[in-house]
Amino acid sequence: MLRTVLIYVVIIALAMIFIPIARENMEKQDLSDLSKEYVKNSIDKLETQNVVTSVVVTYRGLDTLGEVTVLFLATSGVGFLINRRKKRKSKIRQASEILNTGSFFIFPIIVLFGVYVFVHGHLTPGGGFQGGVLIASAFVLMMLVNNNSDLNHLVLESIEAISGFSYVIIAALGLILLGSFLDPTFLPMGKLGMLFSAGAIPLIYSFVGLKVGAELTNIIDSLRNESTESEEVTK
Amino acid sequence: MMLTTYLGVILILIGIWGVLTQKNLIKMVIGFSVIDTGIHLIIVSIGYIKGRTAPIIDAAVNTQNAVDKVVDPIPSALVLTAIVIGLAVTALMLTYVIQLVESRDKSESNLKDPLLISSYEELKW
Amino acid sequence: MINLAIIIMGILMIIAAIYAFRTEKLINSIIASGVISLIVSVIFLILAAPDVAMTEASIGSALTTIVFLYALVKIKAKLNGGDDA
Repeated sequence: MLRTVLIYVVIIALAMIFIPIARENMEKQDLSDLSKEYVKNSIDKLETQNVVTSVVVTYRGLDTLGEVTVLFLATSGVGFLINRRKKRKSKIRQASEILNTGSFFIFPIIVLFGVYVFVHGHLTPGGGFQGGVLIASAFVLMMLVNNNSDLNHLVLESIEAISGFSYVIIAALGLILLGSFLDPTFLPMGKLGMLFSAGAIPLIYSFVGLKVGAELTNIIDSLRNESTESEEVTK
Repeated sequence: MMLTTYLGVILILIGIWGVLTQKNLIKMVIGFSVIDTGIHLIIVSIGYIKGRTAPIIDAAVNTQNAVDKVVDPIPSALVLTAIVIGLAVTALMLTYVIQLVESRDKSESNLKDPLLISSYEELKW
Repeated sequence: MINLAIIIMGILMIIAAIYAFRTEKLINSIIASGVISLIVSVIFLILAAPDVAMTEASIGSALTTIVFLYALVKIKAKLNGGDDA
């Protein structure tokens, strides 16, 4: 009884804190000065069409480095806490013929679409994170269709390590060649709207996309390894 | 706009209510996911300006006066990172739930439901 | 017109959020959290943020639901198979 009253008091107190904050957020009429500088510099100096990409990779690049680190820690935490057993029982019903053949056709198309999304990250909406999640979902399709499929963990972990390492190397190259960390202008800039423009931004985003895709596949694969036992218990 | 800001506040309050009152472990983890969604909605709706379009510069928004025609790009960049981190933290929380269920007392006289948090009282100090 | 659409979607989201906590089965609650993510992704598109909408639709609606379902199967396997050990 006392517990219920206390919970509702806490929720009403939080509502009284949040609602003046929401009311103070009046309708804005114009961009702030910082955003105007970012938009102007993104057209003039960085030759990027997608302004959000230039903010994520260049101006807020240190946050992206921190996010990559947090993902790495979460993946290693999940992999450490779950012990993977090696034995597998294949007593569940196999998928039908249409599903097996169809998934083999669709899998390279989804991977190609994911690669397209993160290579064109500076021209169209998209970028590294979205492309990485698309690649991970292609692997999830293969896991769902064939329950005994073995993913080569050595290849996945080496892709993840090499991508993370290359990202830090490119950031340090900006420091050595130009004097500021994560400056992408050390490669030729090109014209606005071409594929090979915007310096090292497509390269950085490709490495981030590969790393995010490999890590999410690793997380889902760690969580599925004992699923085959429950099917034969409930039958 | 104001409407979506209030919607985000209501979602955060529903999420906090869910975490505080539910006893099932998996519903607590779903409550944390709802709180994350509410926070992202508030941050993105701060950067919206009425009558302007997405911050991508192409034929519709020419490069001369692009500053007058685009929405604020900074909140979108912050939320992009936050969504991916929310997934990683949810996966880690579910791993902790799995380990907690595995470490329960497996003797015959134990009649408690292992997915409720009230059956782990001997872990409190 | 747009305000009416946002109000209807908001009411649907609040109903789904309250349903996720009041139902008895766990599978219904997991699917309700996927529906919340889907509706929020449409609202992000109305607020002129296409990158955020893409990311939320693929991560929040697809991958989070799959992670929850695999964890649920694993917990049920431990509850059933562990009684024999």
